[in-house]
Amino acid sequence: MIWNETVECMDREEMKKLQSLRLKRVVERVYHNCEPYRKRMQEAGVTPEDINSIDDIVKLPFSSKKDLRDYYPFGLLSSPMSEIVRIHASSGTTGKPIVVGLTRNDLSVWKEVGARCLTAFGLTNKDVVQVSYGYGLFTGGLGAHDAVQNIGGTVIPMSSGNTQKQIMLMHDLGANALACTPSYALYLAEAMEASEYSRDEFKLRVGVFGAEPWTESMRKEIEQKMGIKAFDIYGLTEIIGPGVGYECECQNGTHLNEDHFYPEIVDPETGIPVEPGQVGELVFTTLTKEGMPLIRFRTRDLTALHYEKCECGRTFVRMDKIMGRCDDMLIIRGVNVFPSQIEAVICETEEFEPHFFITVDRINNTDTFEVQVEVKEAFYSDDIKSMLELKKKIAHKIQGVIGIQPDIKLVEPRSLQRSEGKAKRVLDKRVLV
Amino acid sequence: MDKNGVIKQLSVFLENKTGRLNHVAEILGAEGINMTAFSVADNSDFGILRVIVSDPQKALTVLKENRFAVSLTDVICLRTSNEPGTLSKVLKILEQEQIYIEYMYAFSEGTEANVVIRPDKLEAGLAALEKNNIKVLSEKDVCHL
Repeated sequence: MIWNETVECMDREEMKKLQSLRLKRVVERVYHNCEPYRKRMQEAGVTPEDINSIDDIVKLPFSSKKDLRDYYPFGLLSSPMSEIVRIHASSGTTGKPIVVGLTRNDLSVWKEVGARCLTAFGLTNKDVVQVSYGYGLFTGGLGAHDAVQNIGGTVIPMSSGNTQKQIMLMHDLGANALACTPSYALYLAEAMEASEYSRDEFKLRVGVFGAEPWTESMRKEIEQKMGIKAFDIYGLTEIIGPGVGYECECQNGTHLNEDHFYPEIVDPETGIPVEPGQVGELVFTTLTKEGMPLIRFRTRDLTALHYEKCECGRTFVRMDKIMGRCDDMLIIRGVNVFPSQIEAVICETEEFEPHFFITVDRINNTDTFEVQVEVKEAFYSDDIKSMLELKKKIAHKIQGVIGIQPDIKLVEPRSLQRSEGKAKRVLDKRVLV
Repeated sequence: MDKNGVIKQLSVFLENKTGRLNHVAEILGAEGINMTAFSVADNSDFGILRVIVSDPQKALTVLKENRFAVSLTDVICLRTSNEPGTLSKVLKILEQEQIYIEYMYAFSEGTEANVVIRPDKLEAGLAALEKNNIKVLSEKDVCHL
């Protein structure tokens, strides 16, 4: 099923015209209403008059997560506060979160794109959707909530947590669909098995899963345990939250709502766009956003785009699964972690040498996070207890900075690789594709 | 010269990895250093090898050269007869003086048993044992075990 056939199946030339028109409008908006953008465009020698086609987008400077942090909280707004009707925020990396402001129109765009996702998943106004994403600053809960209401479905605004009640209401209210993170879905699947109800007493049919990367094997496991079909809903807080993209019934990549969020793939080193189908860094421009439009926002995610028409009939561009990141940021248990943060903690702790090695893996669908460190010679002790104290101390310190606690592994002196230019300090063993 | 009765134990930090213990044994063996007694205290990711050797200073130097985290720890090595009840007697002496044992390990040879003890109060422990006529070995004794 297709929610908005006119747009989702639009001829690609028509789409280009629409994108061109919208790009011009959004560039005018940021140029006139948002000083950081104006300054940057002036530095690059570009004015809104230079932007007449979507192809002119390459003339525009990039933006990044750093900008959102530098202009925290409202420096990148292109609308007056009187027009901002909602704030959302993503988990921060170093203290301050990323904050976004949405206007009334932004919210209607969001529920439009959300409706396209749910319709592609086969949901209609006859369906009851249990939204078990967290409600609040996180875009997942309210984003899915508005989308369900927009298709006329019945929303059960559960939020996350309280698993027993989740299972009871899912059963009693006859939920047809569950919207949550894939890892929470797996958790709920196990709780369902352990519950007093047998599987055929549930009416669950569809899973609306997103907000974190997940594997095909996770998909199979959830589908098998819950007896449902599981779909990926893609989104980023900075762009809009869930609804930036979605899988259709062909599950042959993620269709991007490119009439609102224009994707580019660029070479992460040079910033030059690559050929269609080639892997590079994903860049988004929000073509219709008012509150906090982002121009050429570099996601640091690596993927490829495909423009061939999909068997489902949609002409919307399809994005491959995210293959990794082009900076060194790790997402561990949903938290953004930069190795430089770990390094800073270790360097300022006198008992440890300034060297470390991070290993991330995923075991039983939970991320494991190990940090190897060397104790300085003077601090080695004959006593196991005091060595364990050292482990605890550094683990707590790291947790204080990044929010999650690593497993600390003490290794022998000089066994960690020393920085000779570029020491390899991270091993990510997770298989996410 | 160290106080008579106090002997130097080698403490080596070892990662829980195959071959690490053998690496220590190889190095000491190649230098002609004999190991008299040892124990390994471990937890999930590392262990501490505690060993009495014939030449602690030399062992320290060669292991350091081989980048081991190694140190010397003062311990007491006492000798009792190898028969039921003697360990209890020794422990009771320390208990009465409120001396705690951080760790200990023992080995017996024929009719005699040697016990290595790391008490929290070394001097007091030594005094208590000597007062009760427990034979405490000197470094020289230990070298020739």
